Amino acid sequence: MSAAFKNFMDWIDARLPVTETFEKHMSKYYAPKNFNFWYFFGVLATVVLVSQLFTGIWLTMSYVPTAEGAFASVEYIMRDVDYGWMLRYMHSTGASAFFFVVYLHMFRGMAYGSYQKPRELIWLLGMLLFVALMAEGFFGYLLPWGNLAYWAGQVIVSLAGAIPFVGEDLAVWVRGDFNISGITLNRFFALHVVLLPLVLIVLVFLHILALHEVGSNNPDGVDIKKHLDEDGTPLDGIPFHPYYTIGHDLPAIVAFLFFFCIVMFFYPEGGGYLIERPNYEPANPLKTPELIVPVWYYTPFYSMLRAVTFPLFGVDAKFWGLVVMAGAIVIPAVLPWLDRSPVKSIRYKGLGSKIFLAVFIVAFFILGYLGTKHPTAERTLIAQICTAIYFGYFLLMPWYTQVEKTKPVPERVPS
Amino acid sequence: MRERSANTRRRNFLIGATSVVGAAGVVGAAVPFVGSWNPSARALAAGAPIKLDISKLAPGEILGPLRAWRDRPIFVVKRSEEMLMKLNSRNDRLADPDSSRPQQPEYAKNETRSIRPDILVLEGLCTHLGCSPQFKPVVKPEQFDTEWLGGFFCACHGSKFDLAGRVYSGVPAPSNLKVPPHYYESDAVIVIGKEEGVV
Amino acid sequence: MIKNMLILLLLIPGFVFAVETAIPLDEMEPDLNDKASLQRGMKTFMNYCHACHSLKYQRYQRTADDLGIPHNLMMEHLVFDPSAQIGALMDNVLSDDTAKQWFGAAPPDLTLYTQLKGGPGYFYTYMRSFYEDPTRPFGVNNLLFENVGMPHVLLDLQGVQRKVCKDIPKLAANGGEVRDPLTGESVSEEKCGEELIERGYSPLGLVEGTGQLSLEEYDQVIYDLANFLYYTGDPSRQDRERIGIYVLLFLAFFYVFTHLLGREYSKEFH
Repeated sequence: MSAAFKNFMDWIDARLPVTETFEKHMSKYYAPKNFNFWYFFGVLATVVLVSQLFTGIWLTMSYVPTAEGAFASVEYIMRDVDYGWMLRYMHSTGASAFFFVVYLHMFRGMAYGSYQKPRELIWLLGMLLFVALMAEGFFGYLLPWGNLAYWAGQVIVSLAGAIPFVGEDLAVWVRGDFNISGITLNRFFALHVVLLPLVLIVLVFLHILALHEVGSNNPDGVDIKKHLDEDGTPLDGIPFHPYYTIGHDLPAIVAFLFFFCIVMFFYPEGGGYLIERPNYEPANPLKTPELIVPVWYYTPFYSMLRAVTFPLFGVDAKFWGLVVMAGAIVIPAVLPWLDRSPVKSIRYKGLGSKIFLAVFIVAFFILGYLGTKHPTAERTLIAQICTAIYFGYFLLMPWYTQVEKTKPVPERVPS
Repeated sequence: MRERSANTRRRNFLIGATSVVGAAGVVGAAVPFVGSWNPSARALAAGAPIKLDISKLAPGEILGPLRAWRDRPIFVVKRSEEMLMKLNSRNDRLADPDSSRPQQPEYAKNETRSIRPDILVLEGLCTHLGCSPQFKPVVKPEQFDTEWLGGFFCACHGSKFDLAGRVYSGVPAPSNLKVPPHYYESDAVIVIGKEEGVV
Repeated sequence: MIKNMLILLLLIPGFVFAVETAIPLDEMEPDLNDKASLQRGMKTFMNYCHACHSLKYQRYQRTADDLGIPHNLMMEHLVFDPSAQIGALMDNVLSDDTAKQWFGAAPPDLTLYTQLKGGPGYFYTYMRSFYEDPTRPFGVNNLLFENVGMPHVLLDLQGVQRKVCKDIPKLAANGGEVRDPLTGESVSEEKCGEELIERGYSPLGLVEGTGQLSLEEYDQVIYDLANFLYYTGDPSRQDRERIGIYVLLFLAFFYVFTHLLGREYSKEFH
């Protein structure tokens, strides 16, 4: 049996480097031995991606991408298709879960300085993934043709109109119509189910390839490649497979699925946050819902958009809102060049970094909360303060990471 | 050393158990994906039994193909006296003249493959690969059969059926055309798609 | 790890999208196991509501099966559209254009109404908040939905409600009830409209003898109706929760194995 298997693998390996690839990326990929809780979310994001791909493909089998048929086809899936409700709720819950794990994954990178040299490209590819994911979520959100989704789509596309000179024409071009219509729905459908999934898959592939080229960071920010044993393997590294795949990640995936299923089977609407109530009536171009808010995972950025209420340099506030929102999404990309600290991990950084990171997280949460509410004068003021904190965290980083006193990083991973 | 082997046994057991339970999970997760390919409630509703008025059907004529029960083409043929007379004249040319294969409900397992001798109800799908045969009722030499006695001819692969939907021998189709469940609500109204008395 | 995940999970609940309404909603606990209630609700719906409000995403057959109604009884007593088969969608024959002429707006489809309103409470309150208002085209208005364009279809059952003033216990400045210093009985005062709503009282009163049903009977009819619409909002809810329990049990069971196996590997380097 095992001899036959070996012969078979030899035959394959002579033609396709299966064993070599498996060893390079799994059984002989040495990861630091001190991964903790925060290192689950990369693999969980992959799990959610796969789930979204499958449920998404299956949903397209019954979904109708037309203005007349979209809403009814979603209800058709929910009622008439066997297990259709399960596929749909898996997909809608999966969308929220995706952002949930990706935000935590990004936080991990920020806290442990995983973006620092030599991992700048991993971080940049990750930021591209994040932007692609936001686009994917946005296009997909319109597809059920619910009324809130319709008007949220209207608001976001109208944002393009804020760009001076070409804005209005650009918005019409994106919509393919003078208002969001079936034409817009059709192209969003194509982008959501074909183009962006391809982009996401390619980016994930590159993200992991880049990671395996330079090796994983760890909570202490120690470079494990400095201390190798006589075979040239890192003393503080352990093979990714089986120690992380089975020893670390598999129980975490099952635990994650457990919580995922609690939401999916028992709270699929998530109290109106995962599937918003106004989306239970079909899109109506004549009736705007009372409160236009995006899904929770966009609300921090939406808050910043709304926080800009004053014109500047003779240009409308609307334009600056767009600039601030786009800036807020893009600015983490330059983190590798903003962080001047000699150490990577928050564990060894100074007090300044710790305070700034904590305040940044709080501000991000507050922005997220405010984004779900009607704006009032006080809320707008708070949003403005939090927006300032958000950008302050990044723009002041070159300063506070240089002046603060850091702790010495150990040579080896502490046990 | 003994401790080591106990550990290996324990590990192997856990690997086996986790694999088995995990495989069960994968099968379970596949259920909604497989199940969603079943006919939906809409398909079932569209495939609901239909009622047909056959009072205007003249002898020798066909009603159909109707896009009907289960979205399959349905043939309803009213056979003339002459057609019925000739029906069992050349049974030697048929593959299954006695309808011994279960291609019809019990009540249509007879010489005319029908409830009423004159009215023939068929699913118009060739039992070979599912093309829909043409109705060729006229007795005349045809390109495909010089001794044609009238019946159904499938142009896809040349299968031939007589006026009771029985397949000729020596053609690709293996069995007679199917007779769907049906019954007469009255002399003029025929219900296709369910048996009498079944709700 | 589980602990960490639980902490993260704690961040999620507690959020419920609050919708502000004109009056506080009356609580109503739907019960999908009460098939009799759902059947009565459907009967009321088909008799009083369906002429104007469709249920166009729901099918008769699915409803009959879920509610435990035999198909032939359903077709005889609850399906009024002669052309409808049991598998048909529960659409109605009123066209949107006709409806707009009659009511000014097309009556909405109600399949998803309780989902749209975040539960059956809105509908339950709405159907009990009609009151007499001669200035309106149909002679009624609604506390929850100001200037509603719909007549009170169940007026004969409920009877006429009017805005009234009520004697309610007087409150002292500290929020407690004012009591007569001599008798110890609470002192009441007459309040109307908004002030009644603020204090948690209904500003409506039923005119005796105008309805066929008692107060309790009418509430039950509306409860059944709301319960039925709660069902149509998400007909797979019960299946979903039943399957969900099994899935969670399985995952918990599976976790035990993966956890033990994971520990086998982790202890090698920890």
